[in-house]
Amino acid sequence: MNLIRTGKSGTLESSDVMITVRNNPANKIEIKLKSIVEKGFGNHIRSFVESVLEEMMVVSAIVDIDDRSALDCVIRARLETALHRAAGITVFNWEEIQ
Amino acid sequence: MKLRRTMLYVPGNNPNMVKDAHIYRSDSVMFDLEDSVSVQEKDAARFLIFRALKSIDYENTETVVRINGLNTPFGVDDVKAMVRARPDVIRLPKTETPDDIKAVDKLISEVEKAAGIEEGSIKLFAAIENAKGVVHAYQIALSSPRLVGIAFGAEDFVTNLNTQRSKGGLELFTARQEILMASRAAGLHAIDTVFSDVNDDEGFRREVELIKSMGFDGKSVINPRQVSMVHEIYTPTMEQINSARKILRAIEQAESEGSGVASVNGKMIDKPIVERARRTLELAHLSGIYLDEMEEEEFNA
Repeated sequence: MNLIRTGKSGTLESSDVMITVRNNPANKIEIKLKSIVEKGFGNHIRSFVESVLEEMMVVSAIVDIDDRSALDCVIRARLETALHRAAGITVFNWEEIQ
Repeated sequence: MKLRRTMLYVPGNNPNMVKDAHIYRSDSVMFDLEDSVSVQEKDAARFLIFRALKSIDYENTETVVRINGLNTPFGVDDVKAMVRARPDVIRLPKTETPDDIKAVDKLISEVEKAAGIEEGSIKLFAAIENAKGVVHAYQIALSSPRLVGIAFGAEDFVTNLNTQRSKGGLELFTARQEILMASRAAGLHAIDTVFSDVNDDEGFRREVELIKSMGFDGKSVINPRQVSMVHEIYTPTMEQINSARKILRAIEQAESEGSGVASVNGKMIDKPIVERARRTLELAHLSGIYLDEMEEEEFNA
């Protein structure tokens, strides 16, 4: 998946997460995390986000995460939305989204 | 008998409400992808509900997703995503004709087949929200074997009728009756519309008592506080339960003596009264009221 613009999704409400993704000129994955549960779950969130990026074949991205204690399923949904928006995808391939 | 006393609305793009939707113990939760989600956030809400349904255990609460109509740019994607997330029910808003339901049914079947899901496993609810839908209610009720119920949406309905909602609900009377008759004739559940003034408990109670006495199976609710009020009104009283017990014991006694009719407190007991008594005890049982051991065995059999 190629990111052609900045994609953003989510809010700063409790149990939500705001995720912004854009292409990384350095051609690698950079994750910037701010979370109210950083001490306990920071490593988990980073590795979870990396695994979703890998699954979606994103190899170059800067990912800004502002987490308000979101569940994994919420982080995943917001990341998927932001990535689709950043890639300019408006026709969703639900057969591929597992 | 399945209980659908309460169907709690949950805005589809609010993670805080989505994750806790079932803790209020409504019989169903309805994740909304339609009116509560702005056009710019339709994709985000769809992903959120897709992931929530695949991850969160909503226990015994029935999961319903209100999709956007197929005549919008979002409806087809909603169906393609939601069928794969496997809610119990998909609810179609603003149903006007049997063809509306048939089109969703066909699309659900195609997605079920493509995704390797047993065909027919996702059920359907039709929401009727305007005069055209009301006059087609019976044809709508018969339009798909997936249908399990019809819900009434009064806010759009009164706008369509060029009127507004009153506390007495006179403007809704015909539509409620039509939807109820159509649902009963087709063997479906009938769910009444929301009561929007969440601060008017007294008005809410009056409306729930009205729709219960009309025969509705339950009500759509927009605030968790309303759930327990509806359940309380729909739960049989001990007086009703004891009366039902007497009726069933009397008819059992009569049947053992070779008769089909009995009498309790001077009133003749026949088949419809026995059916109502059985329904009362079943409702009590499903509402979690303790019944005696013999009755529990009968329901668990």
